[in-house]
Amino acid sequence: MSLYRTELRRLGKRRLTRWMTLLGVLVIGAVIVGTFFTNQKIGPEQRAAAVAEAEQQYQEQVTQAEQERAACVQAKASGQETPEGRYPEDCAAIEAPPRGSIQPEWFLPSTFDFRKGFEETIVTFTAIVALLGFLVGGSFVGAEWSSGGMMNLLLWRPRRLTVLLTKLGALLTGTVAVTVAAATVWTAGYWLVGTLRGSTATMTSGAWQSFALTGLRGLVLIVVAVTLGFALASLGRHTAMALGAAIGVAVVGQFGLGIVMAMAGVRFLEAWLLPTYALAWMQKKVTLEDWQSCNVTYYGECKPDTLDVTWGQSSILFAAALVVVLGAALVAMRRRDVA
Amino acid sequence: MSAVLEIEGLRKTYKSRRRGVRHALDGFDMRVEQGQVHGFLGPNGSGKTTTLRTLLGLIRPDGGRMAILGQEVPAALPEVVGRVGAIVESPQFFPHFTARDTLSLLAGAGEVPQSRVDEVLELVGLRDRAGERVKTYSLGMKQRLAVASALLKDPKLLILDEPANGLDPGGIREMRTLTRDLANSGMTVLLSSHILGEIQLICDSVTIISLGRRVAYGPVDQVLAEHAGSEVRVRLEAVADLQRAADLLSRAGATVTVRPDHLMLAGVEKTATVSRVLAEHNLYVSELTPVTVDLESVFLELTATAPVPGQHRQVDQSTKVGGAGQPDAAAGGWGA
Repeated sequence: MSLYRTELRRLGKRRLTRWMTLLGVLVIGAVIVGTFFTNQKIGPEQRAAAVAEAEQQYQEQVTQAEQERAACVQAKASGQETPEGRYPEDCAAIEAPPRGSIQPEWFLPSTFDFRKGFEETIVTFTAIVALLGFLVGGSFVGAEWSSGGMMNLLLWRPRRLTVLLTKLGALLTGTVAVTVAAATVWTAGYWLVGTLRGSTATMTSGAWQSFALTGLRGLVLIVVAVTLGFALASLGRHTAMALGAAIGVAVVGQFGLGIVMAMAGVRFLEAWLLPTYALAWMQKKVTLEDWQSCNVTYYGECKPDTLDVTWGQSSILFAAALVVVLGAALVAMRRRDVA
Repeated sequence: MSAVLEIEGLRKTYKSRRRGVRHALDGFDMRVEQGQVHGFLGPNGSGKTTTLRTLLGLIRPDGGRMAILGQEVPAALPEVVGRVGAIVESPQFFPHFTARDTLSLLAGAGEVPQSRVDEVLELVGLRDRAGERVKTYSLGMKQRLAVASALLKDPKLLILDEPANGLDPGGIREMRTLTRDLANSGMTVLLSSHILGEIQLICDSVTIISLGRRVAYGPVDQVLAEHAGSEVRVRLEAVADLQRAADLLSRAGATVTVRPDHLMLAGVEKTATVSRVLAEHNLYVSELTPVTVDLESVFLELTATAPVPGQHRQVDQSTKVGGAGQPDAAAGGWGA
C-alpha cells in the first residue's frame, strides 16, 4: 500500500503529468468556448430573422424567374438564336420555385441541442484524453527506466511484477480520477452551452443513461490507451518506445496501409484502420459502404454494399492488443536483467 | 565472526550470436564478515558491478550461491532488502525532482519514516541544497545523494559502488570518515573503488576480482604480506663497487639484480647478513631498505594490469585464475 501511495505521489509530482493535465484543461476549455461562440440560442427574434431571410430569398427567386421568362419571351419573339436547351419551348414553364421549397429553418443560426449533440462530443473528449493519457502513461514508466529511477526502486522493492503493476495501478487511478473530473467539467460546460446557446430541453433519464454508457466506453478506451503507452514504454525501457510505436502504427500501419489498399482497390479499407474500431467502440456500430458496388433496389435506387464494424469486434481487437503488449511488458520485467 | 555476505561459485554468462559467449562471473567467491569495511577491487570489466547487481536481484545468475545476512538470495531478497542499503555504479536519479522529493519517495516506497530523510541529508552534507532539483547537482553532489539514499534504511549491510567518484578531496575524506563511523556503529560496509589508497586506508579486508574470478582475498595486511616478497634495496658509498658486492652477495646465497645505482636482493632472510658480508670485504652500505608493497602494486601484479610502455592494454586484458589455481595471464572478453 505504501508503494501504491508513493507511486500516486510520484505521478502527481511529475512535470509531464502536470503539463499534460494543464494542456488537457486548456484544449477542453478551448473546444467548449469555441462551441459556445459558434452557437446561438433560437428565440422569436432569430426565427423572425430566418423567416425574413427565407422570404427575401424567395422574392429574389421570383424576380429572377420573371426576368428569365421575359428574356425567353423576347428571344423567341425576335427569333434570336439561342443555345439549345437555353429556354424551354413554352416560356410560361419558367416559374419561381414554390414558396415552401425555401424553408426558414435553413436560415436559423447554429444552435446546440444538448440531447442531440452531446453524445458526439464525448468521442472528441475521449480522443483528447486518450492521446494525452498515452503520453503520460508512456513517460511515467519510460522516464523511470531511462533515468535509473526504476533501478533505485528495485533496490528497495525487489518484487518486480509487484512494482510494475503497482505503478500501473497508481497511473490508472490517477487517470480515472482526472478523467472523471474532466468529464464533469466537460458535461457542465456543454450543459451551459446548451442552456445559453441552445437547448437542454427533452432530456430524460434514458438520455442521461445513454450518455453515461457512452462516457463509460470512452473511459475504458482511455484506460486502454494509457495502459498501452505504459506497457510499450516499459517494454522498451524508454518513453521513446511508446511514442515510436504510436508514430509507427500511425504512419506505416494506418496512412501507409490506407494508401496501398486504396491503390489496390481493396473493399472496405476503413475496416483495416484503427480509428474505425475506436469509433465503433464509442458509437456501438460503424457502417462502412463500398461505393464501387451497386445493388439496384425495387425502386431503381443504387445501394452500396455495407459492412458493419461493431463494438464487440472492437472490444476483441483492443483486448487482444492489451493482453499481448501488457503481457510482453510483464514477461520482460520479470525475466530481463536490469543493467 | 559471522558472515554478512557470502558468495560461492557465482556464474553469469552472456551469450551473443555475433560475439559468442562471455563469462562475466566465472565461479566467483566472496565473504564479508560482520562489522568490517570490505574492499572490492578489480579492473574495469572484471565483474564487480555484475556481482553487486546480481547480489541485489537486478541480474539473474546462471549458477552459484549467494546469502545476505544469513538468508539465501535472490529468493529471500524481499525479506532482507530492508536491511541492505546500496548504490550501484553511477548515481542515477530522476533529474526534475529535488533531493528531498527523491529521498521522500524512496522512504515512502520502503516504509521508512519521513523524518529519516532530513537525518541522512544532514549526514551527507546536502541539508542546505535539498530543495534543489537533482539536475542542477554536480556529480559529487549526486554521489552524496546516492549515499544518502543507501543510508535511508539505516542498513545492516551497506554496499557502495565507487562512492568517492566525483567527490572533491574534502568530500573523499568525509566519505572515508563516514564509512569508518558507520562500521564502528556496527554496520558492515562493502566498498567497491578504484582509489586503492583509500581502500588500504579504510578497509579491514579485501577481495580482488579479475575476469570474473577471485584472485585474492583476506585482511588487507595479510594480502599485502602474501605479495610483499622479500626484496631488499642496497646502495653503496661507491657505485663502482656494485659489481663486486653483487658477486659477494650471490656467493652468500642471495639472488641479486644489478641496477645502475643500486642492487636489488631477493631471498634474503636477515638484512643484517647483507651489511656483515659487505663490511667483511670493506664495502660499506649507504642504504639498506626492505622494499614494501602497497595495495596498488599488489592489485596491478595480481590483475596483470600494470601499464607497459608502448602497449595499449584493452579493457578485458587482465589476469584470470587458472584451473590449477595458479594465476596466468589471459586475454578475456568475448570468445567462442
